[in-house]
Amino acid sequence: MNHLPQAWGRPRDDVYGAYDHSYFQTSGPKQSTQQPIVTGTSVIAIKFKDGVVIATDNLASYGSLARFTDVKRLRQFNKSTILGFGGDVSDMQYLDRLLLSLAIRENYSSYSSASDDTDDTSNLESLNAKNLHTYMSKVMYRRRSDFNPLWNQILVAGFGNDEKPFLASVDLLGTTFSSPSLATGFGAHLAQPIMRKVVPDEASVANLDKETAVQTIRDCMKVLFYRDARSMDKYSIAVVTKDGIDLKEDEKLENQSWAFADRIKGYGTQVV
Amino acid sequence: MPGFDFSNHNRNAALHAQGVPLPKATSTGTTIVGCLFDGGVVIAADTRATSGPIVADKNCEKLHYIAPQIWCAGAGTAADTEFTTALISSNLELHSLSTGRKPRVVTCMTLLKQHLFRYQGYIGAYLVVAGVDPTGSHLFTVHAHGSTDKLPYVTMGSGSLAAMSVFESSWKTGIDRDAAVKLCAEAIMAGIFNDLGSGSNVDVCVITADKTTLLRNYIKPNEREKKKRNYKFARGTTAVLNEKIITREQISKYITVHELEDETVTAAAEKMDVDT
Amino acid sequence: MASVFTAPPLADNGPGYSFKQTPTTHISADGTRQHSFYPYTDNGGSTLGISGADFTILAGDTRSTSGYNINSRYVPKLFKIGGEGPEHTGSSIVLSVVGFAADGDALKERLDTVVKMYKYQHGKNMSVAACAQRLSHILYNKRFFPYYVHAILGGLDEEGKGALYSYDPVGSYEREQCRAAGAAASLIMPFLDNQVNYKNQYIPASGYGHDLQPRKAELLPRNTVEELVRDAFDSAVERHIEVGDGLQMMIITKDGIEEVYSPLKKD
Repeated sequence: MNHLPQAWGRPRDDVYGAYDHSYFQTSGPKQSTQQPIVTGTSVIAIKFKDGVVIATDNLASYGSLARFTDVKRLRQFNKSTILGFGGDVSDMQYLDRLLLSLAIRENYSSYSSASDDTDDTSNLESLNAKNLHTYMSKVMYRRRSDFNPLWNQILVAGFGNDEKPFLASVDLLGTTFSSPSLATGFGAHLAQPIMRKVVPDEASVANLDKETAVQTIRDCMKVLFYRDARSMDKYSIAVVTKDGIDLKEDEKLENQSWAFADRIKGYGTQVV
Repeated sequence: MPGFDFSNHNRNAALHAQGVPLPKATSTGTTIVGCLFDGGVVIAADTRATSGPIVADKNCEKLHYIAPQIWCAGAGTAADTEFTTALISSNLELHSLSTGRKPRVVTCMTLLKQHLFRYQGYIGAYLVVAGVDPTGSHLFTVHAHGSTDKLPYVTMGSGSLAAMSVFESSWKTGIDRDAAVKLCAEAIMAGIFNDLGSGSNVDVCVITADKTTLLRNYIKPNEREKKKRNYKFARGTTAVLNEKIITREQISKYITVHELEDETVTAAAEKMDVDT
Repeated sequence: MASVFTAPPLADNGPGYSFKQTPTTHISADGTRQHSFYPYTDNGGSTLGISGADFTILAGDTRSTSGYNINSRYVPKLFKIGGEGPEHTGSSIVLSVVGFAADGDALKERLDTVVKMYKYQHGKNMSVAACAQRLSHILYNKRFFPYYVHAILGGLDEEGKGALYSYDPVGSYEREQCRAAGAAASLIMPFLDNQVNYKNQYIPASGYGHDLQPRKAELLPRNTVEELVRDAFDSAVERHIEVGDGLQMMIITKDGIEEVYSPLKKD
């Protein structure tokens, strides 16, 4: 037993040799994210007349390795907002902590605790999806301006000040935009064309019911699984309405069709 | 000497090293698709050609003739798709003449992949080859590096993902001609409206055992908006610094002059679009 | 007006896109890779402004792009500045920004705050001339990490005449009769030179050779300008892939700001 407190918790010099401090440097150049490491693929979402449907699969990839197969990338904030995260998973977890602290701070200071327990919508007094999206855009833009980006693209789904369905995106550069349907990553190429046919403009949102919206999202998740090499058949889906959030985190793709493969023989001249 | 002329290669490499950029080729940032059906095959394409972010041609033809019953949709560098398909079309015709048989789609595909592989991807032609021959109906994709694929439905070009999303959500086994045409047109439309590299109209080509039907501008969903104002200039708006009049007698010394029979007959082969 | 940034400051511009696509990985001679974060992107689109005797019109398409993708078909590039509250009630200045949308939003919010603070502190509305100079300073303040936008500011001057100011990304500015900015600026600006300032137009039979009199530019009436804007954008949509979806117009008159939206082609 060494009696010097500064040596406690360190490998013993007499056993392991002198401690090499280069492994744990506290000084030196500032480090920041230069590329994403563990990543999540597409987030897709669509507005309908009473709310928003949003989905992601449950995979976190390490390059081309399907590393973690049970990562929940939809996060609930307050009672009627869902955030979907694409991109770096560690940055997502940082933002998760940030949002948790924001929620705690807001819910302690901004309104009486009585409305917390009741189910009425008076909690819309606190931060809604639109407010949260503005907050996220400031965080992301500030971090890109510091050359220390949070490597994510985020979809925020919920309700705006006018109590209409709200859906908007923010990315690592702080770029923001809103649309009746949104998708990040590969979903922007593969899911958006499908979703845009269902809701081509803001006016058509009022004609879309929940069942069609959910079915569209499920169809898109299937197409993404067929064609996105960094995707998985287990996914999370959330339906945000005035009545609250219906979040399912353990969905499985159903009715996959591999019929196209029946007749394929080779890639060219082969016939048997 | 047959083949390409490489005599400027060293000069161009030296210029490039000094920072002279490569010349910009017209690329068909494109959506092209193909789909097999019972009794034939259909291919389709959009009609936008781009040069960087500028639209070079609003209604170009990306469906190329190979043989009466074999057609090809091309994406990538416009010149490469045109010349490669023309070359293979020519060789296939000669082959057909010497064998006395109808050309086969596999032969066309093999000629294309061997030609493209030889040039290691420098010929930037990305093709969808389709056709009907005595062995049946066939559909292939050929990439610029020479690899090929054989599938019941295919897409290529910058809008390939948008088009593929349509196939992956709507394609079924054993569809008929009309359903295949509709599906391909839908896939091209997905490219036109979701991919900036694709736009304007839908061209379709349907090939069956008895005949080939080219449906040029099958759908025209992007007609130009009518101009709000008239941009005809008053005669004399442009400054003339000097003028010189050459009479018919003077010019007749160098060329032959013919009188047009009638005022209404115009000599131009094609009429120009002019503001009225 | 000096155009300081005609191309992105770092690396080359890839195979000829107007937007940044080249990867930002630099591989040095010894084989080590340096990944660098590039804090800008180009969201495409185009804007234009024309001023008249007693009005100013600003217009912009509503498409937001990244690469060959459409982010959204409705993202406004025109913003009311000043006025009351988040709806800018009673505002009479409009800012249009095109380029990197996140910088555009940040710029808009800074200018809006400045104009609102001015009213609280001085009890009167900020003049367009003052607002224009303040915008120039805001841009130059970030000289070495610029707001990557081409801004156009419109309003009415103290005599009630249409006022239009255009900016480069680092704050060089000028009052002009008309200006096009963004992706299709090089397509629209020559059209405006010819149709608004009558460049290259001469009065027929007003002289011979060099004595021919150039047609004098005059202030155009409002509906003529609106038609020119519409034709300019319809034509830009035909020939530029990043322009389309919708046309947002704001017309500033002594009665306030009128907003008009009309659809454009979506391919």
